[in-house]
Amino acid sequence: MLRQLEGSQAVAEAVATCRPEVICAYPISPQTHIVEGLAALVKSGRLEHCEFVNVESEFAAMSVAIGASAAGARAYTATASQGLLYMTEALYNAAGLGLPIVMTVANRAIGAPINIWNDHSDAMSQRDSGWIQLYAESNQEAVDLHVQAFKLAEQLSLPAMVCMDGFILTHAFERVELPPQSQVDAFLPAFQPRQVLDPEDPVTIGAMVGPEAFTEVRYLAHYKQMQALDLIPEIAAAYETLTGRASGGLVRRYRSHDAETVVVALGSVLGTIEDVVDELREHGSRIGCVGIKTFRPWPRAEIRAALSGARRVIVLEKALSIGIGGILAQNVHSALEGSGARIHTAIAGLGGRPITKASLHRLFRAAAANELGDTTFLDLNRELIERELVRQSETRRSGPHAENILRDLGAVASRPV
Amino acid sequence: MPLQRVKYYQAGSFVAGNRLLDPHERSVQADSGRSNAITCGHRACQGCGEALGARFALDAALRASGGDMIAANATGCLEVFSTPYPETSWQLPWIHSLFGNAPAVASGIAAALRAKGNTHTRVVGQGGDGGTVDIGFACLSGMFERGDDVLYICYDNEGYMNTGVQRSAATPPDARTTTTPAVGEHPGAPWGQGKSAPLIALAHEIPYVATATIADLRDLEAKVEHAMDLHGPRYIHILVTCPLGWGTASSDAIRVARMATESGLFPVFEGEHGDITAVTKIRQRVGVEEYLKLQRRFAHLFAPVRRENEIARIQARADRNIARFGLVEARDGRPEAEVESDTPSIGAKGAATSAQAAAPSPPHRSG
Repeated sequence: MLRQLEGSQAVAEAVATCRPEVICAYPISPQTHIVEGLAALVKSGRLEHCEFVNVESEFAAMSVAIGASAAGARAYTATASQGLLYMTEALYNAAGLGLPIVMTVANRAIGAPINIWNDHSDAMSQRDSGWIQLYAESNQEAVDLHVQAFKLAEQLSLPAMVCMDGFILTHAFERVELPPQSQVDAFLPAFQPRQVLDPEDPVTIGAMVGPEAFTEVRYLAHYKQMQALDLIPEIAAAYETLTGRASGGLVRRYRSHDAETVVVALGSVLGTIEDVVDELREHGSRIGCVGIKTFRPWPRAEIRAALSGARRVIVLEKALSIGIGGILAQNVHSALEGSGARIHTAIAGLGGRPITKASLHRLFRAAAANELGDTTFLDLNRELIERELVRQSETRRSGPHAENILRDLGAVASRPV
Repeated sequence: MPLQRVKYYQAGSFVAGNRLLDPHERSVQADSGRSNAITCGHRACQGCGEALGARFALDAALRASGGDMIAANATGCLEVFSTPYPETSWQLPWIHSLFGNAPAVASGIAAALRAKGNTHTRVVGQGGDGGTVDIGFACLSGMFERGDDVLYICYDNEGYMNTGVQRSAATPPDARTTTTPAVGEHPGAPWGQGKSAPLIALAHEIPYVATATIADLRDLEAKVEHAMDLHGPRYIHILVTCPLGWGTASSDAIRVARMATESGLFPVFEGEHGDITAVTKIRQRVGVEEYLKLQRRFAHLFAPVRRENEIARIQARADRNIARFGLVEARDGRPEAEVESDTPSIGAKGAATSAQAAAPSPPHRSG
């Protein structure tokens, strides 16, 4: 049944149908509505046999999830941005221990400057943590990916992160079809842990490991993640058979089969890109799009295949690795090694800056005219940058960048003039 | 080989194993069926107070739970010396996650058990003073205030011993550590710093808080057993000596711990729901100097020049504890308000009067 729901509420409902046994919650925008929804479901009794734990930090949230998962419970939490960074140590630990926790990341920028709006800096910063990373394009896909993520994580005994764009998805009201409980029950069996703290059969989990075995343990974590490259399409196919909806998978191609120029991106911006592709196609451009659904593990072969006919690849990403540029772009480069395709990086949408169709048209036109460099910052206000650089060169004590730029914009008066 | 004094095993003594006692009075360690939670072969230093304290505490908890228990451990000496991969000393289900999250991991285990309707399996969290009082403190406080059904045990050796003896918030003033070296005008750890985790735990008004030491292992066992009879968050803070970090002889581990309590520097008490309910009286009071002199971490107080002021300050600290917790019974034997209903440790009551007679100095009361 189709319902008109806020993305966060839809995810809360979907997570509840997965019958989590322990949910840890610490508030941070824009994730908060998800755990609020789950709190109501637990408290009202609609979600039974589930403990909802209000913790004192994200570090504790992930730690409680670690304890719960190791004790054999299906554990879930959600976070974003600073919260994800604050739980980083526990994040790596959950992955290292091989505990199949599922977490929603409502993607948001990382400060300073503090910013609550969407980009992918948070999840990208954890790309090496050992967590599987799935990116939702729409709220429907976010719903479906959560159900798939529990199955995937538990089958591999690895944690999985479902990334959905903060505000753009979490706070958007859209038509969503929630899988009925019977469907989820048929799809997702009860959690059968590979390792469990059981007084009947005591085990030690989290022992000290020296150089004699550390590489092997890490290799197995890598090996298990690479297995997900086979498992994710299988699970997506099984889910499609059950629900009739194609969601998830490794990559999704959009009008890219004969495309000379292919745009690569993650998350909700794919919809805008596809609209622009349609418009350009009407004018005869051979342009297409490839959406990355699974970022970790990195589906190298699938991406290489999807981009094999492209002469020009534009990687549009909402994250920046300071000191080198694109993150997704580095990964695409590695997949296209030796292919001869020209690869551009476009850094876009940082801290919630809208990625408009007009901006994308300009970007793609510049590419077609061979005017695009290696790395472009979409809609960068050069004038503001120049003013601040001049200020810096003229005065030693030029002050903080963020406040200077805001004052130039006239948005705030951070100091007396 | 020098002669050893014969040690008589008698009821009311501090002695751990006593097979001559009635079975119900015997120590858990005297029971041939004890679980031996941390089995032999681990890599603790000779005379490690933490290994001793952890074995007694966990064996007592395991007996109380009928072996139906799970432990979550913080990073630290205890975790490192007990689990070099792939050997493990742990005879119970045991998890180590991180340095600062043992209380939260324990909370998670407790939540999982609740969700599954398991009302019989018990949960213990444990760590050293660094993992508890410093880096894990937020998680500990969170576990307390939520009312999670976890017994958390802190093995306090007053510093970061695993990383090579650095100062923690449990390091006493004047103590030498590698980050509070015994150099300069004010050698050792500064005054006016540090915190009392047991009193802060008590302020959470949780069902049970207790302190104990490895000098009184029967008392330690009794407190663990009592804690296991209760539900909700419980906290036991055990002073454990560290030959390496304190610069004490391995054979002095228990003696040094006893001097800590008999000097008044480490008050042994119990509290419930925010109130102190029992205090273990000092049996044979000693001046702090007797305690300090056993430890090289305080050697700079005595040589090359004797620092009278510092020793007096430490004595005043002990005196304040004695006054504040009522660690010494009044000289005329008149029962003080707190004295009547407390005295949990075996034999402590009977010995109190003679202990007072032997006290080297009258209790100092400030103000």
